[in-house]
Amino acid sequence: MALAAAKETALAAREAALRLPECSGWLGAARISARARLAAMGLPARRDEYWRYTDPASLNAPQAPVAAVFRPGDEAPAFDGIDRFRIVFVDGVFDAAASDDLSLAGVEIERLSQAGGSDIHWAQGIYGVLEARGQSPVQRPYAALNTAYATDGVLIRATGRATRPIALVYVHNSETSDAILHHCIKVEAGAELTVLESGPAAARFCKVMEVDIADGGRFHHIRVQGRDHERRAVTHVFARLGAEALFKSFTLTANGRLTRNEAVIELCGPDSVAHVAGAAVGDGDFHHDDTVFITHAAEHCESRQVFKKVLMNGATGVFQGKILVKPGAQKTDGYQISQSLLLDEDSQFLAKPELEIYADDVKCSHGSTSGAIDETALFYLQSRGVPRVVAQSLLVQAFLAEAIDEVADEAIAEDIRGRLEAWLARHAAKAGA
Amino acid sequence: MLEIKNLHVKLEEEDKVILRGIDLKIGPGEVHAIMGPNGSGKSTLSYVLAGREGYEVTEGSAMLEGQELLEMEPEERAAAGLFLAFQYPVEIPGVGNMTFLRTAVNAQRKARGEEELSAADFLKVVREKAKGLKIDADMLKRPVNVGFSGGEKKRNEILQMAMLEPRMCILDETDSGLDVDAMKLVSDGVNALRDGKRSFLVITHYQRLLDHIRPDVVHIMAGGRIIRTGGPELALEVETNGYADILGEVG
Ligand SMILES: Nc1ncnc2c1ncn2[C@@H]1O[C@H](COP(=O)(O)OP(=O)(O)OP(=O)(O)O)[C@@H](O)[C@H]1O
Ligand SMILES: [Mg+2]
Repeated sequence: MALAAAKETALAAREAALRLPECSGWLGAARISARARLAAMGLPARRDEYWRYTDPASLNAPQAPVAAVFRPGDEAPAFDGIDRFRIVFVDGVFDAAASDDLSLAGVEIERLSQAGGSDIHWAQGIYGVLEARGQSPVQRPYAALNTAYATDGVLIRATGRATRPIALVYVHNSETSDAILHHCIKVEAGAELTVLESGPAAARFCKVMEVDIADGGRFHHIRVQGRDHERRAVTHVFARLGAEALFKSFTLTANGRLTRNEAVIELCGPDSVAHVAGAAVGDGDFHHDDTVFITHAAEHCESRQVFKKVLMNGATGVFQGKILVKPGAQKTDGYQISQSLLLDEDSQFLAKPELEIYADDVKCSHGSTSGAIDETALFYLQSRGVPRVVAQSLLVQAFLAEAIDEVADEAIAEDIRGRLEAWLARHAAKAGA
Repeated sequence: MLEIKNLHVKLEEEDKVILRGIDLKIGPGEVHAIMGPNGSGKSTLSYVLAGREGYEVTEGSAMLEGQELLEMEPEERAAAGLFLAFQYPVEIPGVGNMTFLRTAVNAQRKARGEEELSAADFLKVVREKAKGLKIDADMLKRPVNVGFSGGEKKRNEILQMAMLEPRMCILDETDSGLDVDAMKLVSDGVNALRDGKRSFLVITHYQRLLDHIRPDVVHIMAGGRIIRTGGPELALEVETNGYADILGEVG
């Protein structure tokens, strides 16, 4: 009871600092019901089963903790060499001048803040709907808060094959910004879309992306979370897949004081495939949490979770991943691996891999490991003349390779590899100095 | 070329002494062989020269062309011209053999102030040297030593040696695990590198390898010391009589 009361107080304080966006129509209704969900749950607390390893205090605080803006100098922005369609948000506010005109062959794009007035909208069946489905059996208060309070976002409907990837670029410019964005994506039957996300977004960033993929639709998501050291983020992707649909998501995280990335995926049609992967590298004050829940609700589906973290100087990594196979979801192929490479004894990795299976003819495997760098391999490389820092970087990249291999597009994968290599070189230089 | 003086080595973590005063002098272009019973310290000597962690040098020195090896990082020793073909080559999952070779070659060139090899030039050289050792394109593409047979690993060591062109080559039981044909390939590979200036230290248990790679000097090591030094005939003596006589003589 004490916990419930404390949660209520925390929520009241949090909500008091927020402003419910004015809107009527379908969106207003969705916001109202999300607020009711949120009120029933309260804000997360350390005692909640899925918040044991991650302290929600800085997310619960009414004001975003100050986060210095990081200037990466002349470093090229993520996906710089990729021909992409850009939609830019600065501290959560849409930047029309920096964005492309919202028109692209094969897709319809609309801003959330301009889509709410009418009584009917295609996003009605998605906005807050996938989020609400994802609240059970594990509660995700920040997703409900997001649905209620999101100030903007994009609604993207792919009807054919998008000619270019859509890049959502999140710029962080204010030390106290507290951004809440909510995107809905509908991939129609047989359509294909790639969404890229990059940038630190804000001092504190709360994001939801709901993705509904119809039969035979294909969706690719590649994200590079910004390098700002002090930023905090809680993000969610909710995906629902129809028959023979494909969902692939990869995230690279380097730096950030707190990152909680949740993925909630439901394979609803037979023969669908969902892959979620993440590579995270952290040095020092870095807490990175991947919380994944994959539900197999249809036959012959495949899911893959590949999460790798490289941690140094007291950085913390968390992985909570679950595969739920519902009755009747025969011939499920579920794979989950979570691994950390601890570059010193101060860093730690906390993992909670789970399988829950209610069908008898399935193939599911999971594994979680935590280890140090292989000194023998390091020596072997050095004995061939490779400097220790380069050798270490090679071994770290080898460790992360299985996650990065989840990026299907070779040019994008190369961009990710280059970023990682640069990060490793900078941090090795720091360690060596 | 290489001059080891009164080298004493113990394990860093334990009070176990392994090398008890090694003296060894190898001139330019010379081939020396070391034989000796299991556990006598042969691999330890090669690891200490290459700079592996876990050992403590309590006394002595090892100079490579006038430079003290024991004070250098392993990569500096490599750049100075030292190469060790491992008794047990290491598997490195996730690092392609080709990437590994190119990184190593270019790192050494850079350390010596030379220009890096272009991708095309590098490829040409690797292909040619690999062919001589019957290492196919697939083995070059695969992760370093992963899933290689024992013999393939040893051939891969010699390929690295050929690419890096070291001045002082130490071969630790490169012959073990090789079939007759592979032994010939490896020996030919080594002999191709003999140019009158480059020196070799060949650790082996068998005379057979020394039929192919003719040593100038043979040393017998036991209990962390070199207990006998002689010409090629010493290896033949070991081959026929074992170590009992030699150990007895000294013992
Ligand atoms: N890191 C270590 N930890 C414990 N013991 C060690 C270590 N390195 C070497 N030794 C011990 O030192 C001794 C010498 O080992 P070394 O490998 O040098 O022998 P070797 O002459 O190469 O033998 P072999 O002919 O079997 O290859 C052995 O008793 C070995 O067990
Ligand atoms: Mg040995």
